[in-house]
Amino acid sequence: MDLGYGPEHEAFRAEVREFLESEWGRDGAPAEPERERRESEFRRKATGRGYLNRGVPRRYGGSEQTPDVLRAQIIREEFGRARAPLEVPGAGMMMVVPTLLECGAEWQKEHFIPPTVAGEYRWAQGYSEPGAGSDLASLKTRAERVGDEWTIHGQKIWTSYAREADYFFMLVRTEPDAPKHAGISYLLVPADQPGIEIQPLKQITGESQFNQVFFDGARTPADWIVGERGQGWQVSRTTLRHERGHIGGADRSLQLWNSLMRLAGRSRCGDSPALDDPRIRDLMVQVLGYLRAQEYSGFTLLTRAARGQEAGLLETTSKLQYSRIAALISKLALQLIGDSSLLAPGLQPERGDERWLNQFMGSLGMAIAGGTSNIQRNLVAERGLGLPRDAPVRGEPSAAE
Amino acid sequence: MNFDLSEEQRLLQDGVDRLLREELPAPRLREAFDGDAAFDATLWNRLCEQGACGLHLPEALGGAGLELLELALVAERLGYAAAPVPFWGHALAGLAIDLGGSEAQKRRWLPRLAAGDVLTSVAWAETDSRWQPEQWSLPPGPSLSGVKEFVPAGREADLLLVGLAGGELALVETADGGVAAEPVEAIDRTRRLDRVRFEAARADPLPAGAAVSSRVRDAGLVLLAADAFGGASRCLELAVDYAQTREQFGVTIAHFQAVKHQLANLAVEVEPARSLFWYAAHVFDRRPAEAPASAALAKAHLCDVFVHAARETVEVHGGFGYTWECDVQFWLKRAVFDRAVLGDPDLHRARTAELLDWGSG
Ligand SMILES: Cc1cc2nc3c(=O)[nH]c(=O)nc-3n(C[C@H](O)[C@H](O)[C@H](O)COP(=O)(O)OP(=O)(O)OC[C@H]3O[C@@H](n4cnc5c(N)ncnc54)[C@H](O)[C@@H]3O)c2cc1C
Repeated sequence: MDLGYGPEHEAFRAEVREFLESEWGRDGAPAEPERERRESEFRRKATGRGYLNRGVPRRYGGSEQTPDVLRAQIIREEFGRARAPLEVPGAGMMMVVPTLLECGAEWQKEHFIPPTVAGEYRWAQGYSEPGAGSDLASLKTRAERVGDEWTIHGQKIWTSYAREADYFFMLVRTEPDAPKHAGISYLLVPADQPGIEIQPLKQITGESQFNQVFFDGARTPADWIVGERGQGWQVSRTTLRHERGHIGGADRSLQLWNSLMRLAGRSRCGDSPALDDPRIRDLMVQVLGYLRAQEYSGFTLLTRAARGQEAGLLETTSKLQYSRIAALISKLALQLIGDSSLLAPGLQPERGDERWLNQFMGSLGMAIAGGTSNIQRNLVAERGLGLPRDAPVRGEPSAAE
Repeated sequence: MNFDLSEEQRLLQDGVDRLLREELPAPRLREAFDGDAAFDATLWNRLCEQGACGLHLPEALGGAGLELLELALVAERLGYAAAPVPFWGHALAGLAIDLGGSEAQKRRWLPRLAAGDVLTSVAWAETDSRWQPEQWSLPPGPSLSGVKEFVPAGREADLLLVGLAGGELALVETADGGVAAEPVEAIDRTRRLDRVRFEAARADPLPAGAAVSSRVRDAGLVLLAADAFGGASRCLELAVDYAQTREQFGVTIAHFQAVKHQLANLAVEVEPARSLFWYAAHVFDRRPAEAPASAALAKAHLCDVFVHAARETVEVHGGFGYTWECDVQFWLKRAVFDRAVLGDPDLHRARTAELLDWGSG
């Protein structure tokens, strides 16, 4: 075992630090409206240096680097330390770009990827419907070919950032007579058009990041389909071994933990500092056990990924670990903030990660979005432990598939 | 970055596994559990022959010159197998002599200890769960009197490493007289415990005992954490296997989602926790400043995980799980042992917070 990165990678780290020092500085992001310009300029330079958009070919605006999970990890660590922006956040970079790279037509890659990488095209994911959540393949929104266009009717729900989006990537039923999974296609759809009505949904936090979206004769060109008709299910399942894919996902847990430590450091329990209170200390070390287990297993995942080896069962447990840690940390934070938890989230004085009521509720969102915890448990049981697939419902593929 | 086992480390574990499969088929383990012997002497001798007991000792003195990580990897497999051997106390006493003994003490004991020709153990605990070097109270000196509780294989040991006030350590040869060990009816019948009474026993102090006892304790915590991980991973395996054979309502119980989720939750508890004992052992060897807190955290977390895993596994086995006949009890009891020996999880969580300098101190 050796927890160091070795001379070659440490030299790389030094180079990244130097770059950050000169191109980003120590002060973090400037305030709006300066911020957006500053960030996109920085991203352009960081991409030029091969630090960002590493898995995206140069001709589509990426930096086309040889996959190297250790370099990718160093970049995450150093950018995190400097509070410098990574790739443009959101579903575009996370899902659309990898999917297009894998399954898109050449013109689609040329047309959609570069502006997405640059943050000029923003995307929303139109998958879930009122009747189709975990059982996504039962979706009903339908698209019909009329001339050289698709015409779309139906409803999507819980669609994050739909109001900010320029485009949707969505799953629709195009082959009504085919079996459930074989009747679905993957379409790209312009958001700004008369056939689409977006209604914000007020979330449990009081904010409205997600929406319901009604499609009533919305249209998109015939060739804005990714993959063939009826292949949308497979297209949506392509998960690239994309080096940006957070290995182990401990970064976010560690960041939350640091916020919790800051909170605990300035909180009091009765007359004494919270960090002197035996009960708080005990609870915090309990969380620390889970946190370190996730962090250190992340080192193993990284080691194996760098060698192209599988990590089996361990890999399947990542999301459950992460959502448990987020829940534990935010519950503890609630205890530390005491009666100010009685105030509406908007009245909380804290900002950023320390909006603890939002974290408290947000950790529930985490346990629901992107595959609920129960669906994750199916995955661990079936793929990780080799147990029989979920109670066969009329011969369908199980949730874990 | 390499946080995985090397080929040699895997082979080391495979070698131990192979021996355990040969020497410890289910009936042998059952026999050890129900029998009167303190441990399985044949298995213990073969483990020592394979070098598993002196891995961490210097090559010049009959050891393999390896480190705590390797020792912990062996402890993990012993926990997995619920092996009825006095590995823990023996390994720790060797470590203490190597770290804190005089040249003469090392030359006298380590070669025989590595070969398994003498059996050593640690006499640390005093009443009211006082396991820690800071809590030991027997007065140091050439003549030792007082009582130590829960000494593993106390009656069989040839040599005891006794913890004394001020964190001092001394060696007592049981054949010298003044040592009376009486068995306690112990929960884990694969690792018997004795109460040892010293009456003017001849004690040979380790010159650097007080300087090393805390580090030896940390090693003890890591080895228990490793054993606990091994045990917990075995529980998960036993539960998964049973769920795939036991049939109810016309199918194996592994078809029921409640059972699947119970097992999945267990996997999420157990699988990532392996890294805690790897890490604690690794920093013990390579970054000593980090070792005390990492060892305490690993022991606290993994022993809780093991108790939980063993309980869930009994439950998955239903009524059969509640019988003496069902092997799962070996691990439930091993979990209780690992949890309590050298201080319980609450204590080590409190120590972790202290070692990390939380609060105003
Ligand atoms: C914050 C947030 C953001 C989101 N953003 C988007 C987005 O941008 N685009 C989008 O398309 N969707 C989005 N979603 C929707 C999300 O993908 C779905 O909520 C999720 O897939 C679960 O579907 P559901 O809500 O219909 O719950 P259901 O599937 O109805 O599940 C309800 C409960 O039943 C359990 N359950 C269901 N099936 C099983 C089973 N087979 N076995 C055991 N238990 C089961 C679930 O675990 C859950 O506890 C978002 C959700 C949240 C919370």
